[in-house]
Amino acid sequence: MVNELGHFALIAAFLVSVVQGIVPMVGAGKGWFAWAQAAVPCAVVQFVLVATSFAALTAAFVGSDFSVSLVAGNSHAAKPILYKITGVWGNHEGSMLLWVLILSAFGAAAALFGRGLPLRLKARVLAVQALVGCAFYAFIIFSSNPFARLASPPFNGRDLNPLLQDPGLAFHPPFLYLGYVGLSMSFSFAVAALIEGKIDAAWARWVRPWTLASWMFLTLGIALGSWWAYYELGWGGWWFWDPVENASFMPWLIATALLHSATVVEKRESLKSWTVLLAILAFSFSLAGTFIVRSGVLTSVHAFATDPARGVFILAILGLFTGGALLLYSLRSAQLLAKGAFSATSRESALIMNNLLLVVATLVVFIGTFWPLAAELFFDRKLSVGPPFFEIAFTPFMVALAAILPLGAILPWKRGSIAGAARDLYGAMAVSLACGALAWSLQTGGGMLAPIGFTLASWLVLGSAADFARRASGGRAGVPGSIARLAGLPGAIWGKFLAHSGLGLTILGIASITAWEVEDIRAAMPGSRYDLGSYSVEFIGVRELQGPNFVSIAGEFNVSSGGDFVATLRPEKRFYTAAGTQTTEAAIDMGFMRDIYIVIGDRQPDGGYAIRSYVKPLANWIWIGALFMAAGALASLFDRRYRVGIAAGASARARIA
Amino acid sequence: MKWLAVALSLLAATMSAAVEPGEILEDPRLEARAREISSNLRCLICRNESIDDSNAELASDLRRIVREQLRNGKDDSDIYDFVVDRYGEFVLLRPNLKGANILLYASGPIILLIGTALCALYIRQRRKPSRQKDALRDDERERLEQILGQ
Repeated sequence: MVNELGHFALIAAFLVSVVQGIVPMVGAGKGWFAWAQAAVPCAVVQFVLVATSFAALTAAFVGSDFSVSLVAGNSHAAKPILYKITGVWGNHEGSMLLWVLILSAFGAAAALFGRGLPLRLKARVLAVQALVGCAFYAFIIFSSNPFARLASPPFNGRDLNPLLQDPGLAFHPPFLYLGYVGLSMSFSFAVAALIEGKIDAAWARWVRPWTLASWMFLTLGIALGSWWAYYELGWGGWWFWDPVENASFMPWLIATALLHSATVVEKRESLKSWTVLLAILAFSFSLAGTFIVRSGVLTSVHAFATDPARGVFILAILGLFTGGALLLYSLRSAQLLAKGAFSATSRESALIMNNLLLVVATLVVFIGTFWPLAAELFFDRKLSVGPPFFEIAFTPFMVALAAILPLGAILPWKRGSIAGAARDLYGAMAVSLACGALAWSLQTGGGMLAPIGFTLASWLVLGSAADFARRASGGRAGVPGSIARLAGLPGAIWGKFLAHSGLGLTILGIASITAWEVEDIRAAMPGSRYDLGSYSVEFIGVRELQGPNFVSIAGEFNVSSGGDFVATLRPEKRFYTAAGTQTTEAAIDMGFMRDIYIVIGDRQPDGGYAIRSYVKPLANWIWIGALFMAAGALASLFDRRYRVGIAAGASARARIA
Repeated sequence: MKWLAVALSLLAATMSAAVEPGEILEDPRLEARAREISSNLRCLICRNESIDDSNAELASDLRRIVREQLRNGKDDSDIYDFVVDRYGEFVLLRPNLKGANILLYASGPIILLIGTALCALYIRQRRKPSRQKDALRDDERERLEQILGQ
């Protein structure tokens, strides 16, 4: 009964979205106030309906209603409650329902909090948002119904894939979706602006919070996924350049470019049509990502051919919205006149460089991701493009970006001089080179990876800090004055500092884990002892454990350093009985300087166990850096100057004053 | 959305890191080369995993083949050729530089060059102050005057 109510609510949401897509759009065009006004209640009602539908599905999972086909296929009565809930989106149908839930939540938020928006723009934005929703409702209702019942329900479910029964991964999809779908807001704003034929600083300010929020969620989502891979997959790999990972990385890169180019529109009224194009592309890459994951086309062309319905549907959505928006762009972008002039050495030019590098890097990832498909279709070659390619082809762009970042970030708008900007950064430059030299002297042999990585990382952190300190001191106040000023600094300044230094921290982690990891693989007998880098590891023994829905073999290891106890680690090898699969649970002693990472493997014929042990120096900074970036976006979101709720009049007065 | 990737890969193999203690070569330099080569070869039945990362049986066989060839004094390139002869170029995670693949490797630099040229042109053009009319529309100017008049 609840299940059917959910299904019904979903269909009702679809119908509301059709109305919301048409009525306000017409109203905005004809100047019919009431029609344009209709966008707001529609957006709210649509959200309430989808939320009802999602709640109904969640109820089916929590109550283990195995007459619902989706629950029977992805849940189990003995599963912990948390994973019953996260199981809702741990499958195709449920995850698409989550997608539209977030889409309509963003729409409702824009309707309720966008009071400062001109009615015409708001009506159009919400209408475009509804049209996107419309397409996805149709997709769910006609090809991926999550509420389908089974004629003869089984006694128990088939369980959720055990790898997904993990907090890191449980919350990875919602964050990614918040990011992906958040970009639909930027897209809707871009399309609405093209229809109006006008973009100004105010437009850039309205789009900014949505882009920032979705960028923040994407950053967190990608970081969660990578962290999960690090501790769950069993050898500490954290990024594989897998098509599915690239699918989330490409929108992130484009959204990063968009955030930066939008500041040029906002501050200088230049780069308008480019910014609109980026907003369209960012969401198109999100849709392409959905297509990649949902169709399975890149896993294997054959997987796609056996069940093409879903893939073709999403491809059609992708083609319709990207194609439609780009067509509109080609017709209207000439109307978006740029205003501000600037010289070749200016913040504007630096941000253009940033955009150039980010977009080319994205295209490299895109080409690499789709190359195997293209090669098979056009050259009849079956080939692979794996991590070694991306490391060669992608990394140089990020190195270049990191190298110019602090300098570009400190250049003044309109006109500046490199020498003038560099003067503030001499200290940072000198210390960074010293850090690189230190890294070089610390290692025995090894390539240039760590020295270059350390130089860039400290250059980013110190360069951003120098810029921040300059802002905070204002050139005159003493230290106590500075601290008072720190609290009063606009959120956007904090955001810039946090995000840029976060990038530096991530580079630090990547460089040291890649260059300096210590690995030890051996067959060890219980009771034996071995060296791992500067640590000594004692393999104490093995026990069998019984979990709620798994059985497990757990090893116990004492790690010490120079006779001092460091940690006891208990890696496990789990067997999930219902799903019939195994997982390895690495044991990690986490630290700011290094992780000690132990994995227990199969029992050997002589009674020993295959043991893999690693020392991963500075590993956690990869994700701490990502947290800094997300915190930067959050700080920027709370910048009072961009507060969404502020009445239009007040902000207009402030701008003129 | 990585979880889906993983879900799919599970169909092929269970997770856990790869190289087994018994496989490791005595000579650390040969072993280092073996690891390097392995990380460039694809596990054919897995989803986008190198044989160095996969614990599928096929990957383990291939690791043994690579190490055997190394023990016999073969060059890296001989080994890649040998494996490609047997399994096709699909096995290479780093695509070779033959035929259309040159385009794959060149695409980044080419796009960068074109992009740089376009940006340079744009920046040159933006250096001159634009000669367009006052960008405020009439109704906007009216509103501005209203606000300023307050």
